[in-house]
Amino acid sequence: MNAKRVASHPLFRRLAFERRCLGVTLAGVTAAAYFGYILTIAFRPTLRGVPIAQDSVITWGVVVGLGLLCLGFLLTVLYVLIANTRLENLRRRILEDTQ
Amino acid sequence: MMRVILSALAFILSMDVAWSDTLIGPTSRQQLNPIAIIMFLGFVALSLAITFWAARRGTKTASDFYAAGGGLSGFQNGLAIAGDYTSAATFLGVTALVYTSGYDGMIYAIGFLVGFPMILFLIAEPLRNLGRYTFADVAASRLSEVPIRVVAGINTLVIVVFYLIAQMVGAGKLIELLFGLPYYVAEIIVGLLMMFYVAVGGMLATTWVQMIKAVLLLSGCVIMSILILSHFGFSLETMFRQAVSVHPKGVSIMSPGGLVKDPISAISLGIALIFGTAGLPHILMRFFTVGDAREARQSVLVATGFITVFYSLLFVLGFGAIALVSGDPAYRDASGALIGGANMVALHLADHLGGAVLLGFISAVAFATILAVVSGLTIAGASAASHDLYARVFRKGQATEREEVRASKMAAVGLGVVAMALGILFENQNIAFMVGLVFAVAASANFPIILLSVVWRGLTTRGAVIGSMTGLLSSLVLVAMSPGVWTATFKFGPAPFPYDNPALFSLPLAFFTCWFISRSDRSAAASAARDAFDAQSVAAEIGLAVSKTPMIH
Repeated sequence: MNAKRVASHPLFRRLAFERRCLGVTLAGVTAAAYFGYILTIAFRPTLRGVPIAQDSVITWGVVVGLGLLCLGFLLTVLYVLIANTRLENLRRRILEDTQ
Repeated sequence: MMRVILSALAFILSMDVAWSDTLIGPTSRQQLNPIAIIMFLGFVALSLAITFWAARRGTKTASDFYAAGGGLSGFQNGLAIAGDYTSAATFLGVTALVYTSGYDGMIYAIGFLVGFPMILFLIAEPLRNLGRYTFADVAASRLSEVPIRVVAGINTLVIVVFYLIAQMVGAGKLIELLFGLPYYVAEIIVGLLMMFYVAVGGMLATTWVQMIKAVLLLSGCVIMSILILSHFGFSLETMFRQAVSVHPKGVSIMSPGGLVKDPISAISLGIALIFGTAGLPHILMRFFTVGDAREARQSVLVATGFITVFYSLLFVLGFGAIALVSGDPAYRDASGALIGGANMVALHLADHLGGAVLLGFISAVAFATILAVVSGLTIAGASAASHDLYARVFRKGQATEREEVRASKMAAVGLGVVAMALGILFENQNIAFMVGLVFAVAASANFPIILLSVVWRGLTTRGAVIGSMTGLLSSLVLVAMSPGVWTATFKFGPAPFPYDNPALFSLPLAFFTCWFISRSDRSAAASAARDAFDAQSVAAEIGLAVSKTPMIH
């Protein structure tokens, strides 16, 4: 198989494009969530101090913080799932066609 | 009581300077804890046995030495990455920060964690598919090798040396605290052990030390968290309520305090953390220990999972410490201050929860953590020195593998000596800025060339080299002129650059320089580099260049 044949395969551009989109989207979501969080704390610190229930000491800040911790992991899971199924599939088809 | 608050305040203020990953703040020496020493010796014996085993399996070929033969599984590598990313300073420092100021500890933890998946989203797969031993392999795959490797090698050594100083100083203080050893003895022990792991056992030994440490550290955190929650009937609400009722700041520990005062500083640090992780040579190097892109993805998944759990548990530990330790007079000295300072609170908590046995275990784990992290840094520095600078630049690719590995081992020993010397030299210096600097350099000097060489056809050698140097120099100069160095370390008075982290300025500057110089580069080499992009992107996507190694570990 040679690189030229792979590069000219119609699915190859799609594979490269889809992987790029997936990566950039997830990176953008992560960065937006994080900077949104930091800016809320900087400009509206009281917003994070609101308790989640009337008689609870747990604040929304704790919930959002834990949510942000989990978000990174969930997006990682999402990337791995899509890459292992859809993108691997495209890759295998390209390899089969150019073998 | 006043002294506790003052030392707590001093600690928060010093964390505020750079949200540093190093141990700072008051320390005093502990008496010897025999259980801790026995457990620590057990860890050392095990790690030495692994090193000899790894040396027997072979560290002769470059692939064995730098990349453990490329045969680790994604799970093993993920554990080792988690090990690289969870230092003793984080474990004790974040717990202490939560203990003293509550919610702010979480903001700090999130900053370190959130950059981690970025590696996967942006560079992990092309990195694995294009590189062999160091991240410079990626940029060198279509750009001129020599200038790229010189710049990448210098960046790596700058990052590794500053990070090593930060870790070594933290290590010395911590070991002084935990085991009652004099500071310089601690530096020498850590330096010798790390030299030995890396020079004798190469990447395979370093990886196993890292994996064992990651498992120990995580089990320690899980055990402590379960014991804490069992005190409160496994109700977080009850634990938080108890913490709020005993903490001097009361209910305000449940919401953001003073950590994010200046939005520009916070964003600048955020940029360094988010993009710097994807430019840390010791983390990037780990992706060459797995066979293909699929295992590389698996590595990040496993690593992110473990790191997320670890950081979440630190929050439980910190609040548990407020609820259980802060009211206990056994952990206070005659004046009422916490024995050993706030950084010791995780250890007092271990003692409270599980007596001398758990205290000994956690102390030994903290020491093991230090050793593993400095070893990971050392092998990254040694491979940049030997693979990039010696074999590919100095010997122009004419060195045999045997010569290259020998150079690597010598570089590991050299780095060990430098780390010990600088660790002793910087004992009483203000090093809070160093971790922020490391992340800023990684984000501004390494990340742009790795990302652009993979995604942008137009990048040329001249653009990459000048862009990366701009990133490095602007980070160094701005940090030197920042309050943390200009005012706090050199005592030059008010700082000309008002922010502690330069990444908000140095990262866009580096990207702009890469773009501008590449666009104006009309040389023949530039068009050759652009023409080579298609072949490179095939290799990056499909992984043709990677020789598959069978799973052997």
